[in-house]
Amino acid sequence: MAHHHDHDHDDHAPIEEGKAPTEFDLLEQAIRELLIEKEIFSADDLRRQVDKTDSVSPADGAKVVAKAWADPAFKAQLLADPKTAIEALGYDVGPAPNLVVLENTDALHHVVVCTLCSCYPRVLLGPPPDWYKSKEYRGRVVIDPRGVLTEFGTQLGDNVEIKVVDSTADMRYLVLPPRPAGTEGMSEEQLAALVTRDCMVGVTFPDKPVN
Amino acid sequence: MSDSFKIGQRVLVKEGDPPGHIRTPYYLRGKPGVVETVHGAFRNPEELAYGKEGLPKKPLYLVRFLQKDVWPDYQGAPTDTVSADIYEHWLDADQ
Amino acid sequence: MGGKDFGPVNRRDHVRSEWDNRVDAVLKLMLDGRRFRVDELRRAIESLPEHDYMSFSYYQKWLAAIRVLIVEKGMLTEDEIAERLAQLREGATG
Repeated sequence: MAHHHDHDHDDHAPIEEGKAPTEFDLLEQAIRELLIEKEIFSADDLRRQVDKTDSVSPADGAKVVAKAWADPAFKAQLLADPKTAIEALGYDVGPAPNLVVLENTDALHHVVVCTLCSCYPRVLLGPPPDWYKSKEYRGRVVIDPRGVLTEFGTQLGDNVEIKVVDSTADMRYLVLPPRPAGTEGMSEEQLAALVTRDCMVGVTFPDKPVN
Repeated sequence: MSDSFKIGQRVLVKEGDPPGHIRTPYYLRGKPGVVETVHGAFRNPEELAYGKEGLPKKPLYLVRFLQKDVWPDYQGAPTDTVSADIYEHWLDADQ
Repeated sequence: MGGKDFGPVNRRDHVRSEWDNRVDAVLKLMLDGRRFRVDELRRAIESLPEHDYMSFSYYQKWLAAIRVLIVEKGMLTEDEIAERLAQLREGATG
């Protein structure tokens, strides 16, 4: 079993071999042990859950975006009824939350946030990155979206309406970015390779094709 | 339960700071917006947060605000907007 | 949180530690087992003292929320948690 000697960019680092456990390490252990002893769940349940790797990653969202770029009928359905569209591809959206797809164009640029916590379209992107959950992003993107986008290397003229979408309820928002120029004739696989996680949140554009 | 507000209707987010789990962001309270999407009705998270059933369901709307109506010194473009999902009981019709 | 300026966004990601994964697993078991609703967990996080809310990491906040709810719902008592913590502390330094 691999050991991760990771340094969190947090105030409290997780336990490392040879170092004294932090209060958080002990609290996690105490709670976990007590819940197992009280049979709230079993040690096997926990082991199975820990071993479950997140099967969803941004590559999944990228496939959906690429298909929408390549197939106008799919794109129309994706915008009108995203749940049905992606369930047809084999994804399980579940009864709730609900997925909404936001199309970015030359005139309108959506960028998604959850100022209240960390709601994110996990069904297509997997877990959110640290920056999305950070107080810096959650605090500033609603009041200074252009400044935040600049930090991500994204510049938009004043002729573009920037619309910040704050996921305050059960809806989960995924950005459908514009198809980059120079991608005519590319396969869906080639298109998907240009679709980054960040462009599906709206803080960047998709990558441009090489050459 | 029928929805009170229609797409395109002007609404005003209520002011107030009640205790408990509120999903109406502070920065939008008291601000004027326009209904963009009618989502249907959902269990009330303010009650779900305390182990209650959250029934009857409450209508939910995506409401769009002009950034310059939300922030007095907004630095971006005058057409920039911010949208959020707001429950009906946090909205009043706005003339 | 919206509208507050905490400075520039740090774009670096950290790899989830085993500790993070264990907390995430407990979280998922409690949600899937219908012990907690996600709304209750969010409320519990919001109820943390401001200093904790602002300084705890993502998973530290979830663990603190789990602690609030398991006591609130009578699954464990604070005494039981304190007692186990004391035993573990002794074991760790012994």
